Amino acid sequence: MKTLSQVRLSRLTSFTLIAILAIFATACGKKKTPLPPPPPPPSANTNGPSMNTPGKPVVAEFTGEPSSVERGQSAQLRWSVTGATEISINHGIGTVPATGTRSITPTETTTWTLTATGPAGTTTGTATISVTNPAPPPPPPTNTNRNPKGTVETRVQSDLQDILFDYDSNNLRDDARAILQADAEALKRIFADFPTATIYVEGHCDERGSAEYNLGLGDRRASATREFLTQQGVPVDRLKTISFGKERPTCTEATEGCYQRNRRAHFAAGQ
Amino acid sequence: MSAALSAFGQGKIETTVFGQNGAKPALAVIDFKGTGSQQYMAAFNSTLFSDLQNSGLFEMVSKSVFPLNNPQRPEDLRPEDNRQGFALQDWQGAPTKASHLAFGYTAAVNGALALYANLYDTRQPNLQAAQLMTPRYSGSLDEAGAIKVAHEFANDIIQKFGGAASLLGSRIYYISTRGGFDEVWVMDWDGNNQKQLTNLKSLSIMPTVSPDGSRIAFTTYAKGTPRIMMINTDTGRPLPFYNQEASLNTTPSFTPDGKQIYYASSAAGLAQIFAANIDGQGFRRITHRDAICVEPKVNPKNGNLVLFVSGPGAQQIYRMNAEGADVQRVTNGEGEASNPSWSPDGQKMAFSWTRGYAKGEWNVFVMDIGSGQYIQLTHGEGKNENPVWAPDGRHLVFTSTRSGRPQIYTMLADGSQVKQLTQQGSNRYPVWGVK
Repeated sequence: MKTLSQVRLSRLTSFTLIAILAIFATACGKKKTPLPPPPPPPSANTNGPSMNTPGKPVVAEFTGEPSSVERGQSAQLRWSVTGATEISINHGIGTVPATGTRSITPTETTTWTLTATGPAGTTTGTATISVTNPAPPPPPPTNTNRNPKGTVETRVQSDLQDILFDYDSNNLRDDARAILQADAEALKRIFADFPTATIYVEGHCDERGSAEYNLGLGDRRASATREFLTQQGVPVDRLKTISFGKERPTCTEATEGCYQRNRRAHFAAGQ
Repeated sequence: MSAALSAFGQGKIETTVFGQNGAKPALAVIDFKGTGSQQYMAAFNSTLFSDLQNSGLFEMVSKSVFPLNNPQRPEDLRPEDNRQGFALQDWQGAPTKASHLAFGYTAAVNGALALYANLYDTRQPNLQAAQLMTPRYSGSLDEAGAIKVAHEFANDIIQKFGGAASLLGSRIYYISTRGGFDEVWVMDWDGNNQKQLTNLKSLSIMPTVSPDGSRIAFTTYAKGTPRIMMINTDTGRPLPFYNQEASLNTTPSFTPDGKQIYYASSAAGLAQIFAANIDGQGFRRITHRDAICVEPKVNPKNGNLVLFVSGPGAQQIYRMNAEGADVQRVTNGEGEASNPSWSPDGQKMAFSWTRGYAKGEWNVFVMDIGSGQYIQLTHGEGKNENPVWAPDGRHLVFTSTRSGRPQIYTMLADGSQVKQLTQQGSNRYPVWGVK
């Protein structure tokens, strides 16, 4: 491997050589053919800002082919790395050889990061495959008009609002009760539009209490929410509860603002 | 010993909590040589030394103060050697000051690796009394075989001194995200051979292992709401477990006889403790509290002493009898407490506590249940949670965020010799099984 100073020296040398040649050519005034351009830098087709740092591993290639697939279709990651002692790709692929391909079936648009580590440092490259939704299948034959009411999922997302809790508490605050009044009416409309749907009330906690205790606390939050909603006339058998404790936070900053957003009851369409 | 331990009054509490009296044996381990097996001896010697050191039982004597001559066979020993090393008193005296001496050699014998090992007590008046053991071991003639016989010799020395089960063959079960989902994984006690045990492609958390190491039970969202699932640790195959009709069934743990499961369920409203047969049948409610109850842990020596985590108010650790009566709070009400784990002798509890820190800043503590005295083992290096005792009663495994994402670490039960076992992904909820 070249040391930094050797590389600098050799660059300097070639630069000087080109300069001298250029001066010579100009001074001579008899040249017929222009000087050839300098060769392209190696691995010009790679990603990332630090690819050509001398001594570091070089990610000569890291691509996803095709760059866009429909959900359910497979694609291929292809990579070629030199000068690395360890190469890994995230999203569960793990350690890989210096060159290779890997077939993947991404469920959503995903960016893979390849990390190549060598004695002189680490180089990363990224490859992104966009996932598009396949064209929907034709609707089933029906005698009624087409349903303008969307899906249960979109309705839950657009019509129902989370409620928030105090630390280590399942009491419904005044702000939560006001929101749940509106949620109750929205739930009745959704259930009227989708007579077989069930909807989950999820109970969540912030990251501070123990994970085990928070499963119990999230369960209490979900059931307190469900109880209030059924008192407002929402059919009891259509609402189910599930506690995620602190396993599925909506944010991860260690701030009271984020803690508050995680202490919540959230709605999700049943499967 | 750490500064914070000194703040508690140092040796007094340490002695009370750990029952240590007097100094540790000073053990000198001579580098073993090999005949026809010499290329494997570096691995052998480092394995033997680190097993003995990691046991926490010994003061390991530095090789820099060894005498000139190193015995390899019992017949090398003689009464006098002018302080050159072939006499036991050369090892007992200054500057070596070893109370015990381990030595020996290996040789290739009929295509196998034979270990001829010796352990002597240097303080005895004659060689006959000094000879504690002269075991022989056999392994394959390769590095794996050399490491195997090193583990076995270390194991026998450790058992000779501690009488406790060794960690050899024990395994740590945990949850890892490295495959994309939170799945149950298993590794050897030293972090080797990490492999995935479940493939539920869901969220699985909080495993517990049966006393014989044959089963693990854990909480999984594979069927929607959190439920308890039990699997065989060797095959990873599911074993029958009946879950009550409830939005939440979680934090299972085995009774010391391995015949029952205690767990938390919301079948009666808010989460309470239930007990059931090992297949989940025959369940009955144990606690009747107006507060969340989770994490029941039955004492390994007394089936009528159960720890659990509950309110009212900030979560604390409580104790009760097997039927839920005689409830008393164990932690003193400061901060929040969780994750009780019984030591194998049933005397001590490792647990997580936020005492002295902000909410959510967990540290590992050990409490002597009889006296209520406790020591703090971690001191704010990230969040330190889910401590669980090793079968040897001297080590703990726990989760820490000290290097960023949660990873699994082991340490001695005095907080020393912290060792990181996992690196890839997030790794949480460790438990230590005998196999």
